[in-house]
Amino acid sequence: MSNRTVLLEIRNLKAYFPVKRKSIREDKKVVKAVDDISIEIYKGETLGIVGESGSGKSTLGRTILKLIEPTSGEILFKGEPIQKLSGKALQKFRNQMQMVFQDPFSSLNPRMRVGEIIEEPMKLQLALSKEERQTRVKELLEKVGLREDAMKKFPHEFSGGQRQRIGIARALAINPAFIIADEPVSALDVSVQSQVLNLMMDLQDELELTYMFISHDLGVVKHISDRVAVMYLGRIVEVGEKHALYENPLHPYTKALLAAIPVVDFQEKRDVEPLHGDLPSPMDPPVGCVFHTRCPKAMPICSEKRPVLTKQKNDQHVACFLYEEGDFSVS
Amino acid sequence: MNINRFSKNINLLIGTLIIGGFFVLMCISIFYTPHDVTAMNVPNKLLGPNGEHWFGTDEFGRDIFSRIMKGTQTAFSVGLLTVLIGVTFGVLIGGTAGYFGGWIDEIFMRVLDALMAFPGIILALMLVAIFGPGILNTAIALGIIAIPNIARIVRSGFVQHRDSEYILSAKLIGVKTYSIMFRHILPNISSQIVVAATVTFATAMLAEAALSYLGLGVQPPNPSWGRMLKDSQSYLVNAPWYTYAPGAAITLMVLGLYMLSNALRDFLDPRSKA
Repeated sequence: MSNRTVLLEIRNLKAYFPVKRKSIREDKKVVKAVDDISIEIYKGETLGIVGESGSGKSTLGRTILKLIEPTSGEILFKGEPIQKLSGKALQKFRNQMQMVFQDPFSSLNPRMRVGEIIEEPMKLQLALSKEERQTRVKELLEKVGLREDAMKKFPHEFSGGQRQRIGIARALAINPAFIIADEPVSALDVSVQSQVLNLMMDLQDELELTYMFISHDLGVVKHISDRVAVMYLGRIVEVGEKHALYENPLHPYTKALLAAIPVVDFQEKRDVEPLHGDLPSPMDPPVGCVFHTRCPKAMPICSEKRPVLTKQKNDQHVACFLYEEGDFSVS
Repeated sequence: MNINRFSKNINLLIGTLIIGGFFVLMCISIFYTPHDVTAMNVPNKLLGPNGEHWFGTDEFGRDIFSRIMKGTQTAFSVGLLTVLIGVTFGVLIGGTAGYFGGWIDEIFMRVLDALMAFPGIILALMLVAIFGPGILNTAIALGIIAIPNIARIVRSGFVQHRDSEYILSAKLIGVKTYSIMFRHILPNISSQIVVAATVTFATAMLAEAALSYLGLGVQPPNPSWGRMLKDSQSYLVNAPWYTYAPGAAITLMVLGLYMLSNALRDFLDPRSKA
């Protein structure tokens, strides 16, 4: 696996948000939406990011694109740091990284025609003549499976799935290498979900795209991803190759998540206890391992020290003391 | 946009007819009025409506119909100028405050709050007292008063849209900030602005009438509906038609503007186009 080239590398990325205090005497508090995340994304792969709502997965995506200013940490795109960039230099990188958004109803400007929506990025970033742009809009529409006459229509004339296709066409307009898809199918009907997923996979093959696919739906992530990272409360608790992770989850949280997928086979034995309780407040996360408050296998050390991602077999990484070698059990 | 849909919309039809009618009347009045609007003819004072004077004559024997016609000029110019000032500054201030938020928002909105704390007509009186009466100064004063209201509407629209995903997407593809504000967000709240502008137009007309009624707006002998209303007050019993004409003109114009604003709101929204 090490022979693949790294497209995007994130090192110790943090995105904290200050919380408004009710009075001056109150302590300053921050929400740690993304808390010390390091991960690599290889060229041509799809990295799935799963987690409950509030786990910081959308914030992670937006921070990578610098739609949210990172508090600290590094973002390396093709080896170049981009976390400090702004203005034109930042735009150069953004041209290679685009985003497909979650809500197909708010991600398209209701006052613009579909043709204008797809044309706009080219107008700003590519040196193309008006005719060339028009041709390209038609090509893109065809690519995402829409008819040419969609150009003249307004977004509200389309269904959710069609709108998501338009969003994909817009993201592709300036030939990006990397696309962050922020829950692109979670607002769609199940029957439409698979169409959009398959479209994204076809486009990936055709255009050699790299995806970061954010979702709370484990089934969807399994379908599209090569590798999967599991997030909990702003941290990655486990990351690994799709099959290894789904067949042999290591982290207790991953186990609980996978056990929560409903199955049709009633004979199958389910030995994992479902999770109890809610996600703790990200304003006041548990000390040590963030999961210890809900973990069925919590040990004393879990509430003291923070586990780091360590490599296990099959290139699987997990942040859990159960898999860490050493003398922590005595402490 | 077809004729069928146009005629189906009763608000649009009647609103356009009324405002269009006044507009035509205004255009004609620039070149022609049946009688000279300022020529006095005291022996003919306070005549009832007749063939010669359609709406009768006032206390100096001037033709009321001609003066109503001429008064549309005042009404339109004060209304348009007020809307122009109010919308321009309202959009600039409200848009900046709403889009950037934070301390810019706080400062702008608190200043506007302070402006709003004054009763509008008192503020207008003060401004007119400082700058002197007349159509232009009246319109400027009314325009300033209209700013906070429009700025608030624009601000809330910008706040509502600034974090939506299509704006994030626009940022990603490198759309300039002013372009995001005025090409992406503004068209989305244009219907609210149009409605606010029409209401402002109507309010400005009423306020102009009120100021002229108080003797601070349009100065005699230029005709203004508000002033005519004031002058007619003394003859309410002897010559009620004198009151009816400017009163009806004001009412009709405001009614037409409100109907038009309702219709425009529906008409400007692409989602309502079937």
